[in-house]
Amino acid sequence: MVVMKMKFPFQKRVKLAQGLWLLSWCATVAGATTFTLGCLLKTELRRRAEVMANTDIHIVPNTLMIVGLASLGINYFASKICQDALDAGRFPRWKNFLKPYFAVSCFFTVLMLLAIIMSYAMKGSLESSLKAGLRNGIRFYKDTDTPGRCFQKQNIDRLQMEFQCCGNNDFRDWFEIQWISNRYLDFSSTEVKNRIKSNVDGRYLVDGVPFSCCNPSSPRPCIQYRLTNNSAHYNYDYQTEELNIYLRGCREALVNYYMGLMNTIGAGVLSIFLLQGSVLVSLRFLQTAMEAVAGKENTEIETEGYLLEKGVKETVMEYLDPVLTFLLLKNKVEEGTAGETTTAPA
Amino acid sequence: MAVLKVKFTKTRRDKLAQILWILNWISVVTGVILFSLGLFLKVELKKREELMAEKDIQYVPNMLIAVGLIACAINFLGGKICYDCVDSTKFLRWKLIMLPYIVCTFFFTLCVLVGALMCYSMHWELEEALDLGLMQAMRFYKDTDMPGRCFLKHTVDTLQIQFQCCGNSGYKDWFQIQWISNRYLDMSKKEVVDRLRSNVEGKYLMDGVPFSCCNINSPRPCIQQQITNNSAHFNYEHQTEDQNLWMKGCRQALLEYYTHIMQSIGLTVLITWLFELSVLTGVRYLQTSLENVLRQGDPDSESDGWLLENSLMETARIIKSLGKSNQINTANNGDPNIDVPSTSKAHYGPDNVPPKEKMETS
Repeated sequence: MVVMKMKFPFQKRVKLAQGLWLLSWCATVAGATTFTLGCLLKTELRRRAEVMANTDIHIVPNTLMIVGLASLGINYFASKICQDALDAGRFPRWKNFLKPYFAVSCFFTVLMLLAIIMSYAMKGSLESSLKAGLRNGIRFYKDTDTPGRCFQKQNIDRLQMEFQCCGNNDFRDWFEIQWISNRYLDFSSTEVKNRIKSNVDGRYLVDGVPFSCCNPSSPRPCIQYRLTNNSAHYNYDYQTEELNIYLRGCREALVNYYMGLMNTIGAGVLSIFLLQGSVLVSLRFLQTAMEAVAGKENTEIETEGYLLEKGVKETVMEYLDPVLTFLLLKNKVEEGTAGETTTAPA
Repeated sequence: MAVLKVKFTKTRRDKLAQILWILNWISVVTGVILFSLGLFLKVELKKREELMAEKDIQYVPNMLIAVGLIACAINFLGGKICYDCVDSTKFLRWKLIMLPYIVCTFFFTLCVLVGALMCYSMHWELEEALDLGLMQAMRFYKDTDMPGRCFLKHTVDTLQIQFQCCGNSGYKDWFQIQWISNRYLDMSKKEVVDRLRSNVEGKYLMDGVPFSCCNINSPRPCIQQQITNNSAHFNYEHQTEDQNLWMKGCRQALLEYYTHIMQSIGLTVLITWLFELSVLTGVRYLQTSLENVLRQGDPDSESDGWLLENSLMETARIIKSLGKSNQINTANNGDPNIDVPSTSKAHYGPDNVPPKEKMETS
């Protein structure tokens, strides 16, 4: 049962070959674009690597880069094949090459689609990675004298100013950790001693935030300390004040930024996926149409082209069989050797 | 005696014309580059016009834009001329225009040079403009409720954060102005009233700076208030502390930024000027050699090309005499037939006296 049979007179074959040549060069450029987009995304993710706990999300740009490189190769061969397709003398040398070529091309094209799906599906993983990373960043904010952590303060300050955010979920995260190092606390002062004593873990907690949380668009000078104390500042009500410091949490800001970036890239890669798919479909039609011409005297006859000779399920099994037998054979050999070792001592 | 005479065979003339055609098109591209550089500088200056006092510094980017456009036009025409010069018949079309064209282009290259020099001289005017502008901006920092000034706080804060600077010359400038609006001062508090009274003009001055002066690279949380009071903060000495706030003044930071841009632009314009001058020299040689070929009559023969037909002194004299002949014409109202009687007091004798024949007898 043939899938999608189409008639191809000579002129249509010629037009198909020419169109395919042009299309494959466009797809080569598109493949290079995919690679570039993957590199861009990876660079952006690496820039904020200090506030991410794990690098699981990097699988998306890595896949895009691999697919971009692979599509360069795929489309190069596609252009070469369609150049030779109309020449009856040169086409037969591609005969053995085409079956594995189509298998590999379909695999990488499907991988492209998978990359797009992953970029949406991995939002949760990105969010949890950022949550853990930011929590650590805020915790180690004061440790500017500990090697390995001495740049956390700088990174968090820069992050909060650039993304216009404060804290992990919001600014109250700063109330729960000690972000002023003991080196700068006067332990002879009663106020400091009282505050430390009143805390279970002996930490110096304040209802204040670092200066990087301050909003430059605020009409009044920034209020950083005693944020929840309305009487400490003139004409100030912290429940209604929204311009003083950034109210957004940095996790939300970063997730929005990266999801926006991945959405844009995903839209581009989707169109490249459609282009690549059309190249492969056209090449398949051209191949099957030209195969029918092979060996005939009159090369200008009308032929039929199709996508799959057998049905979808049978074709998939046909391709998977050698892979499975290879794997099963390996297992059989292993089982055999295991059996031998067990029977030997017996 | 011609200046820098060079012999040109027919092939050399043709090659010169072709090379000049290509060079003229490259010059069109450099003209476009000049135009875009002028546009870029204009945009950069406009971006921060709130921080610059009313000084006329826009003349530099305007000049660059004008020069760029004129360069495109002149070199486009030059390209056309050189393209036609390969064929000596087509050259006749342009023969009369070429000398005025060369003179105009020479003066234009002078304009390009002036433009390049202006880029370097803008430094002082810019410094003055920034000094005054920043002082005003800091004074109106607190006026976020006045229309027309309500965004100055935001502008100054983002400037200090972006350029990593504080105040006009340094952070101490903030001690001399009131940057906290009266709307946020509790007038019922004794401390506030005392501070206001202690100031001659009734301003609320303090030794504190806005949060945008804070240095990100500081290892300790930012100290913004009571900066000069060492005892107010633990383990703090304001004379030796240089990482707490940005030490650079915003005037210097902005000046460095704009000077860097203008030096790059000035260098590009100088290189363009040299390029234009060389193209002009080539066109002059082409013009003189083609004119000499026409004078000789044989289009395939060798001819001389030069920069000036006579030496520099003689050319200057010719230009002067051209000017003088204009003067004489205007004295007689332009009519040479009027007999103007001699008004000089010297007597040279009666007119129309035949010369005495002197016979030399040996």
